[in-house]
Amino acid sequence: MTKLNLDNNKIVKARELSKEITKPVHDYINKHTTVAIERATLRTLGADGVNKDEIPVPNIIVDALADKIKHGAAKHYINALVRKNLNPQQLNSKIADGLDITTLNFTDKDLIDKKARELVEAFASRVKENVCFRNKKIDQYKDKENSPLLYLIVATGNIYEDIKQAQAAARQGADIIAVIRTTGQSLLDFVPYGATTEGFGGTYATQENFRIMRKALDDVGDEIGKYIRLVNYCSGLCMPEIAAMGAIERLDMMLNDSMYGILFRDINMYRTFVDQKFSRMINAFADITINSGEDNYLTTSDAYEKAFTVTASQFINEQFAFDSGLPPRLMGLGHAFEMNPEKENGFLYEMAQAQMAREIFPEAPLKYMPPTKYMTGDIFKGYIMNAMFNFVAKATNQGILLLGMLTEAIHTPFMQDRFLAVENARYILNTTKDFANDIEFKKNGIMQTRAKDVLNQTIEFLEEVNHIGLFDAIEQKMFAEVSRPKNGGKGFGGVFEKSEEYYNPVYEYLERTLNLK
Amino acid sequence: MIKPYGDTLNDGAIQLSFTLPVPHSIKADEAAKQYAHKLGFNEVEVVQSNPLSEGFSFFVVYGKTNIQLDYDKIEVEEVKKSMDYYQVNDFIKENIKRKIVVVGACTGTDAHTVGIDAIMNMKGYDQHYGLERYPMIEAYNLGAQVTNEELISKAINLKADAILVSQVVTQKEVHIHNMTELIEIMEAEGVRSDMIVIAGGPRISNKLALELGYDAGFGRGTYPENVASFIVERLGGGYSG
Repeated sequence: MTKLNLDNNKIVKARELSKEITKPVHDYINKHTTVAIERATLRTLGADGVNKDEIPVPNIIVDALADKIKHGAAKHYINALVRKNLNPQQLNSKIADGLDITTLNFTDKDLIDKKARELVEAFASRVKENVCFRNKKIDQYKDKENSPLLYLIVATGNIYEDIKQAQAAARQGADIIAVIRTTGQSLLDFVPYGATTEGFGGTYATQENFRIMRKALDDVGDEIGKYIRLVNYCSGLCMPEIAAMGAIERLDMMLNDSMYGILFRDINMYRTFVDQKFSRMINAFADITINSGEDNYLTTSDAYEKAFTVTASQFINEQFAFDSGLPPRLMGLGHAFEMNPEKENGFLYEMAQAQMAREIFPEAPLKYMPPTKYMTGDIFKGYIMNAMFNFVAKATNQGILLLGMLTEAIHTPFMQDRFLAVENARYILNTTKDFANDIEFKKNGIMQTRAKDVLNQTIEFLEEVNHIGLFDAIEQKMFAEVSRPKNGGKGFGGVFEKSEEYYNPVYEYLERTLNLK
Repeated sequence: MIKPYGDTLNDGAIQLSFTLPVPHSIKADEAAKQYAHKLGFNEVEVVQSNPLSEGFSFFVVYGKTNIQLDYDKIEVEEVKKSMDYYQVNDFIKENIKRKIVVVGACTGTDAHTVGIDAIMNMKGYDQHYGLERYPMIEAYNLGAQVTNEELISKAINLKADAILVSQVVTQKEVHIHNMTELIEIMEAEGVRSDMIVIAGGPRISNKLALELGYDAGFGRGTYPENVASFIVERLGGGYSG
């Protein structure tokens, strides 16, 4: 018997609706590619580096192809490697120096296929080695992990300063470090190159920065006897490229929502849906846990009244994740503790919501976000709110606990703020260790009733979205109270219908490996 | 003359917490104590110290200060009591006699809409309705990462009475540059005097906004009706630019 006694038929119903909702979107996805998918594909095959104007090699190739990318960019890159008899590094520097590979005549199809197999194999074995290494380390240090995993953020703008803060956070007890990206990176249609030391409110996501931080966390991990997981943002206009870079550099988690970019960054909906699938396929292959962004709904809408939008989005995110080959154990579905602290019994509603997510998605390592909206300059009250949040997280077995900062409403965290956040969480995790297994909820009590109501509202909402269609529902403000026109937003120009002869050996390999065909 | 109050008048008691970049040790505790002395505190007690990382220690310290202040000499700008939701709508009906148009956005690369949403969204913030809810206000929230050019052209097309600019990310003074640019462009296009221009954000003060050529600035703790009151009073009071 579950705590909430939810009607299982309703959960099944909500899943069926989500499947119907995503079906037409999925049909669209399968017929299209984007500039970002092609660039990500090139990266997995070895394309990297920049020219003297700092334009990345994958962008140079894709820009030169223009609408020819409907046939796929990979063939041109592989063809150039074969014809010029170069390795990827050599070819990259020639492209950076001005070689246009898109004008070369194609060599034998067999030769291209053979080279493609070789390159895909190189990418695959690198990623598989990463997965092996991670699993070995996690297993080795399992005992020291917190449950839920404690997630802390660094955001200095300077990768070397981030390292100091990240290593300090790891020593204080964090299990997961997220490096916040610089403001506005999600809207760049290229990935910057190299180590960076200047960012606003965060640090550029670059492959070199990934590599530097990965090494720093491995080092501190071995020092303290723990595997420290690294997170970045697989979102925005370069979503699939970030996935590719993360797979190569052994990131462990990615913020990767199916609709976040549309609703909160005004990225075109078609672009986002097409991009999220390939990025999630890469994440699935690299055994990277995704974190979806349902918490964002509650910063713009009321957490009590609009709780069902979170649950609905979790169902939709789950379905898109299934369609990309992600198993439930990699779905860090998101939600948040954002109800008004003045609300009577707010704590019970928060607990009902968190427990409901737990019961509906039993295998998912749920990502639970702390209070932000009602945090104020009263750091003492904020510290209590964070404690209540930590308690709900532990009592409902959440998987990933993003720690709230008592200075949330004031500044980016001081080193001591993170320390206090970890102290708060570890106190609660320890003192309530088996609480979840030792309680039952009152039959038809406030929490059971609340969960039942929210699930009913979720189904009503999903029925309406299914009736209207997801594209139109987004246009009609049904999510996050914001309207996004179908052909509006950023990046729509980068979406192309695939031609008959579309060629992408990486996509095909992943589809096969993930059993998507 | 006043001093902080702990449990006795004029005891000057203050609590502090801070980090020093030194390894956790007895010497570090002594350093924290001496540092508090240098800040002007007497009877300093380091009540708690913790290691934070290699080479960093965190302290909770209590001390007493002799520094006094003459309360009678404090001068502040009088906070004007603003109208509420109903009064604003009534004021518009009676004095302006048409719906007013307000366009808002979070400009530049700033992606944090929490401020502009709190002021503009239907729902509002903390039980205070946002401008979209006001029957006499046509409110357009353009969202985040809007360029100054886009915001101005939208405002011109909609014949806006007022523009709201939200700036949340303020690192490396990026908001100053961005806010200044908006005014410069408006002046260059000759539309500055057509609209009331207001800035808002956690680091924005009225003083800063006025210096940068805005009509007003609103900081932390602002509710939608505070902004609405300012706009309608300017419009209704025969504001001619």
